Amino acid sequence: MTIAEKTPLSAVPNALGRFGPFGGKYVPETLFEALKELEKAFRSAIGDPTFLAEVDKWLQDFVGRPSRLFFAERLTKHAGGAKIYLKREDLNHTGAHKINNCIGQALLAKRMGKKRIIAETGAGQHGVATATACAVFDLPCVVYMGEEDIRRQKLNVFKMCAMGATVSPVTSGSRTLRDAVNEAMRDWMASVGETHYILGSVVGPHPFPQMVREFQAVIGRETRLQCLAQMGKLPEAVVACVGGGSNAAGMFYPFVDDASVELIGVEAGGRGFGVGEHSLTLGYGNPGVLHGTFSYVLQDEDGQTADVHSVSAGLDYPGVGPEHSYWKVNNRVRYTSVNDKEALDGFQLCSRLEGILPALETSHALVEAIRIASKMKPSEVVVICFSGRGDKDCYEIARLLGHE
Amino acid sequence: MNPDSNAIDICFATLGKKGRVALIPFVTAGDPDVKTSLKVCEVLIENGADLIEIGFPYSDPIADGPVIQASYTRALAKNIKSSQIWDLAKAIKSLDRHRNRPVPLVGMVSYSLIHRQGVEEFLNHANDAGFSGFIVPDLPWDESEGLEKAMQTRGLKLIQLVAPTTPLERAATIARASGGFLYCVSISGITGARKDIPPALIERLKALKCRSSTPLCVGFGISQPDQAEMLKGHCDGIIVGSALVKQFVRFSNEPVERVLADIGLFCSSMRKALDT
Repeated sequence: MTIAEKTPLSAVPNALGRFGPFGGKYVPETLFEALKELEKAFRSAIGDPTFLAEVDKWLQDFVGRPSRLFFAERLTKHAGGAKIYLKREDLNHTGAHKINNCIGQALLAKRMGKKRIIAETGAGQHGVATATACAVFDLPCVVYMGEEDIRRQKLNVFKMCAMGATVSPVTSGSRTLRDAVNEAMRDWMASVGETHYILGSVVGPHPFPQMVREFQAVIGRETRLQCLAQMGKLPEAVVACVGGGSNAAGMFYPFVDDASVELIGVEAGGRGFGVGEHSLTLGYGNPGVLHGTFSYVLQDEDGQTADVHSVSAGLDYPGVGPEHSYWKVNNRVRYTSVNDKEALDGFQLCSRLEGILPALETSHALVEAIRIASKMKPSEVVVICFSGRGDKDCYEIARLLGHE
Repeated sequence: MNPDSNAIDICFATLGKKGRVALIPFVTAGDPDVKTSLKVCEVLIENGADLIEIGFPYSDPIADGPVIQASYTRALAKNIKSSQIWDLAKAIKSLDRHRNRPVPLVGMVSYSLIHRQGVEEFLNHANDAGFSGFIVPDLPWDESEGLEKAMQTRGLKLIQLVAPTTPLERAATIARASGGFLYCVSISGITGARKDIPPALIERLKALKCRSSTPLCVGFGISQPDQAEMLKGHCDGIIVGSALVKQFVRFSNEPVERVLADIGLFCSSMRKALDT
């Protein structure tokens, strides 16, 4: 096969929302028209320079983009190999990459004439980002959050309420992120005429995986340009953590067709390899259907969704975006794992060496980046998608380290 | 099985001749346990059910309301497995021998479960167990071609759904493509008991009647005999889910016989409303 004949890996999804065999729309008929309407609106918006300029303006003036690409000199010295750079998504307003997607989707919702926003949240980061966008764009907002997560994440609940959002406790099933997604989908089925659902990751039915990737791809596009400007070349490797996979998708996508750039996704290894002890969806799961999309999923032999665990609340999801499944089976991204203990060590190391507290999600990517950097040449470059800041995790980390 | 002799088709043909509207109750398999589910089905059949819809408990049922999800959660907490549901179906079908009318079984199952077990294997089990068709609420018509073909070769029917948000032309196409009957979702939203019948639903049923010969059954929110009475002139069957399923929670702290008696009374009141 010649290069000209080969379809680039970035040319997905197709018109049916498929990334190879993955993706699609596994939703009740009630939502089918809404997804078609959303798809049409998204296509039109993404091709409209006025809309794109508006998104850019908000990302610049409100979110604080472009985020910095920072040379982590002391981490580099510690690893003793390749140069380590941090793409500082933690410096965004609200402290993580989540806001990129929320600004884009909220502006799209306004363009579509929607009067109300709903969202799901696990640890509360996406909920806070959605509440933030809804406050500034004057849209009523309901965030579904598992009762168990509400108990564990009081600060984020307070932030959402302070910005005028209603936090709706979810008491069904496992009372965590999974059930919050189920509940948000239900709300949407009953309110689809006037409501837009801002899904927080590259999961769910088409067009969500594509749409969230597009709104997050600003991370990878900036990184690419910053690398070319600062180093005069592309990095040898890019590392990001993967739960549902939105920061990784946004970071990787602009590099997917650059064969020289190694892409590494890091899943949460949790506390062991038994069912319910980890969140290694791509590592241990199988292709299946969850929350409206066909992708890798952690299930028991009957098809029931498995319990998952990670010290990081943003990574413990039993599914993953369909595009990650596509990248996995095409061997474009290498998916690996970092466990709870390693992530905690990574948090402490980065805090001490760089004066930057990483989110526990980000700490997973950090550990793998140090691992590979140590085996690479000093002339080479590893970029970490520094997806969020660690403030939200401080109480939990203090508890786990016995500093209570 | 001869594909031309599907039990659902025979059932609607027979009912149609008598001018009788089908009563289709929904039963969660394994809530509170498989043995009791069988008793519930017996009571429902004795009290006028024409078909039985068996719900396969699933951990993440986005298409179902809180009542059915809670029921699924209770059944899963007792570790219900597909193999037990096949046994339950066989036991229900064995009751046919004692009656002059067979009661077709329709499964309601998430595509997640079918895919995980493998389409071929799942359908082979389903066929052996005596199911006549399936409703797969999270597999819209556009994604269902593969499953439908696999079902057709076994004489099984894939029952499609239309919602109030489905444009009429699409609804008519889906109605013609649907096997056995068409599941007409009465309201936007999730399953759960509601009080009134939306006028738009009646209009929709009339429009679909003109555009396809597939029997039309209405579900989502039918909980009262007077609703059944209002609907009966406009459709070929009604599906009763949440209103029945919410009784199952009583099995945990009330005598089984009392709950079964109430279920029987409820079913026969719906039957009467459809027949008067």
